[in-house]
Amino acid sequence: MAVEVKVTSVLQKVTGAKVVQGHGSTISELLADLDGKYPGFKQQIMQDDHLHRFVNIYLNDEDIRYLDQLNTRLKDGDSISILPALAGGS
Amino acid sequence: MPVVSVYIPTPFRKLTGNRQQIEAEGADVAEVLANVDKQYPGFRQLVFGSGSEVPAHINIYVNKQEISSLDGVATKLSEGDEVAVIPAMAGGSGDAPAARKRIGALTAEQVNRYSRHIIMPQVGPSGQRKIMESSVLIIGAGGLGSPIAVYLALAGIGKIGIVDFDTVDISNLQRQILHQNADIGKLKAVSAKETINAYNPDVEVVTHNVPITSDNSMEIIGQYDYIINGADNFAARYLVNDTCHFLKKPLIDGSILLFDGQVTVYLPGEGCYRCLYPSPPPPGMVPSCAEAGVLGALCGTVGTIQATEVLKLILGVGESLRGRLLLYDALAMEIRQVRIRKDPHCVLCGEDPSVTELIDYEAFCGGAFGHTNEEEQKAADAARAARAATQA
Repeated sequence: MAVEVKVTSVLQKVTGAKVVQGHGSTISELLADLDGKYPGFKQQIMQDDHLHRFVNIYLNDEDIRYLDQLNTRLKDGDSISILPALAGGS
Repeated sequence: MPVVSVYIPTPFRKLTGNRQQIEAEGADVAEVLANVDKQYPGFRQLVFGSGSEVPAHINIYVNKQEISSLDGVATKLSEGDEVAVIPAMAGGSGDAPAARKRIGALTAEQVNRYSRHIIMPQVGPSGQRKIMESSVLIIGAGGLGSPIAVYLALAGIGKIGIVDFDTVDISNLQRQILHQNADIGKLKAVSAKETINAYNPDVEVVTHNVPITSDNSMEIIGQYDYIINGADNFAARYLVNDTCHFLKKPLIDGSILLFDGQVTVYLPGEGCYRCLYPSPPPPGMVPSCAEAGVLGALCGTVGTIQATEVLKLILGVGESLRGRLLLYDALAMEIRQVRIRKDPHCVLCGEDPSVTELIDYEAFCGGAFGHTNEEEQKAADAARAARAATQA
């Protein structure tokens, strides 16, 4: 499955772009694919085999925590957003 | 069919010829509201707007019990029941009405000053008075706090509280429009007060020149109707979130970094920052504005959205950002939103909370980035997955 992945400026350091293409039939596979293309990608958002608690992944507009988490299945044309908490205000 | 009495709150009484209590027939709440609308055309529009669901700012009670805890608008009624339709923010449980400002008729100068508000049907003189009777606390007089404070001052908010212990530095002046060259070295809260009152002398400004901590946050936040977060660190964000939860204060949250902004609204009982981000990143993992930078104008965009949201809540108009996280990407010049939910397993506002009082937020966000925390979260994840599976 080919999906579009949107990242914030922080992850852009790793991907070079804010919108990248990835492949996979699940979120896990997608993240592995992106980590292959952009070494260090997973390390930014995961610890061991689970997502950091300050990072949320959205399939279209739904948080994957309320779907099937990393096993959430993807279909062609889905849009994924990866969003870390931001603390900046000043 | 049962006949019930319906309590009409002040803002809606112009429709009912100033009657506070009316009678209507109906087997359930929806039928009663429809019958009130028949007697007083326009009532439904006033309460529901154009939508079909009870909007966030309206609570409906049957015999003093809120209907979302009963059967919603399908709640069955019996003869003699009392139905009350209450705009949530007009003197809810957290307020101390005696301590609130009461604004009588607007002066000629005020009518002039606020005329562009007053001529809007969504505001009018009564809406402008609501703004002038409201109090708002702004956490941080920096990038976000600046545009928030300026627009709220111009709008005529009755009392604005500013929490900031820092002093103005020249590096702030690339974006913090509350402060100017002559203010360098001044306490930010003091500089903020001067700017606000230069814009609008009617606004009462309270300065809190202290770091907000677990020791003072209940006392400070307790003095205001609405809280706007423009803090610059995770510890303050979790502290403000938790305090707002305990005090049942609406929290308008915004954060910025580089070219990105996030904004949402947490209304009491509808989820919180911990539902969205259960724990903070380990120190250094997500940089601050000081470390990574921030586009000055981004502060204006995000802060102005926060100011807009608080004004909507005060006026009781429109659809707030509750349940939605607005994402602003200035590089792509794109605004999107994602759904956010109240997490039933939230350690603060979930069904079985483990955080029942304020904690040590520096430790929570600092070196002790928690293994126990991660363990708890794994358990919560498993429970959430199980729940999702049974619902599917």
